[in-house]
Amino acid sequence: MAQMSPLSRRQLLRGLAGTAASALFRPQLASSEQARVLGNPIPSTGEELPVVGLGSWITFNVGNDLIARDACAQVMAAFFDSGGRLIDSSPMYGSSQKVIGYGLTKLNGPPSLFSADKVWISSGARGPDQIEASRRFWGIPRFDLLQVHNLLSWEEHLRTLFAMKAAGRLRYVGITTSEGRRHADVERIMRAQPLDFVQLTYNILDRQVEDRILPLAQDRGIGVIVNRPFREGELLRKIERHPLPGWAAEIGCGSWAQIILKFIISHPAVTCAIPATTRVDHVRENMAAATGLLPDQAMRARMIARVEKL
Amino acid sequence: MSEWWTYSLSDFLLFSPRTYYRLFELYNVAVWPWQVLAIVLGLAVLVLWLRGGAWQGRSVAVLLATCWLFVAWAYLLTYYDTINWAASYLAAGFAVEALLLVWTGLMRNCLSLRPGRDVAGAIGLCLFVFALFAWPLVGPLLDRPWLQAEIFGIAPDPTVVATLGVLIAADRTHWELLVVPLLWCAISGATLWAMQSPDALLVPAAALLALVLACWKTFSRARQVSPA
Repeated sequence: MAQMSPLSRRQLLRGLAGTAASALFRPQLASSEQARVLGNPIPSTGEELPVVGLGSWITFNVGNDLIARDACAQVMAAFFDSGGRLIDSSPMYGSSQKVIGYGLTKLNGPPSLFSADKVWISSGARGPDQIEASRRFWGIPRFDLLQVHNLLSWEEHLRTLFAMKAAGRLRYVGITTSEGRRHADVERIMRAQPLDFVQLTYNILDRQVEDRILPLAQDRGIGVIVNRPFREGELLRKIERHPLPGWAAEIGCGSWAQIILKFIISHPAVTCAIPATTRVDHVRENMAAATGLLPDQAMRARMIARVEKL
Repeated sequence: MSEWWTYSLSDFLLFSPRTYYRLFELYNVAVWPWQVLAIVLGLAVLVLWLRGGAWQGRSVAVLLATCWLFVAWAYLLTYYDTINWAASYLAAGFAVEALLLVWTGLMRNCLSLRPGRDVAGAIGLCLFVFALFAWPLVGPLLDRPWLQAEIFGIAPDPTVVATLGVLIAADRTHWELLVVPLLWCAISGATLWAMQSPDALLVPAAALLALVLACWKTFSRARQVSPA
């Protein structure tokens, strides 16, 4: 990832590779206006993933409302156009999976999609059926990533997911938690299981994962997906009425949302953040946070100090 | 659910307020003109309530049960289920309430309403009239579109509140009939509260009123039959 310090050779090469891949798969991104989207390698494979993804909690649960479904499809179109890849959902999110499937169909199945979903059912035996139902809702041949949602029946589901991965029916396996819950269990599973990803809550005010989980993820080579970056909007509602700090421009931030996102994705253990939105302008704003410079350690400390005072 | 104390109401909210109220808009358009019939059914309950008669309790029970079944099928299963995976359980609760109404009111003929009998009867009548005539105005008064109006017999909240009005006005308290409506009020109130809807307290307030009056009636009756 690009920091305020000069680009390393590895970062430069990674960025160039990402740009080339984007141009190859989605020619519309080759426009001169398109800033390069920063990427991070998935630790277990080195595959590049843009540092900002798209969540679907609440925002994509719009039922059969065609107007709202079309609006979600427009958000997805803007997300892919801006260089995004990872979309995350769950059987827990109401109609979100079906709405994603609707959007993917409308967009003719964007080839750059990195599909991330979850298994969320107390019965381990019924996990495969739920996964298959989810896959049909998305309308894709297979998921890239499946995660055990909130560690529900994680031992049984992880067995299923690792078997799917071994059979070539899944590329990555992960677990999720949110809002600081069950971190001791998360840590134990991270130490014991060959996970590709862990998904958790991390933002400028909720930083408890910095102490143990994020360093452990780095040690174990586990990718980190960050959910609820804006505390479901509460964080932004709290700070948006304040003027942007002068240093925001130094890291290319034109909004508080971008400041919050850049703080998250600048942590070296974080693979990507998955903000959710219903608005095209917001998804573009979020994706713009995945471009340009990222804050270094000193800037991150200034960001924390400023936001904690608000 | 582990670490349950770390969850807040908003953690259980699956949809946005915009989606929730838009659902009523789509639903109202889809079921039109059943709203007219539902209002007529509500008026029929009111007429039966005020006029009495041998078939009053049976007729009121059947009319209310019809409304509960319709809401269960048309709203909860067909619409709400698209944004809330728990809707089928809620629909089952509504179906159970409909069966209980039929069992208590029609089969056992245990539902009797007399206007002006006591304070509970008067308040129950007011609650029913409010649910029938005023509830559809709540949304528009709070700047929600008319198409999102919640109507007795069509939407769950006014149907439940109207039923609570009938139950607290009945000659005796039927606790078995109060359970589902009170549970619904708690769930609906929590949902609206989590969405920060300005009318979030309406349904819980109606439930609290019904609960207090039901307790009062039960204790009053117990005192009357007590030999001391």
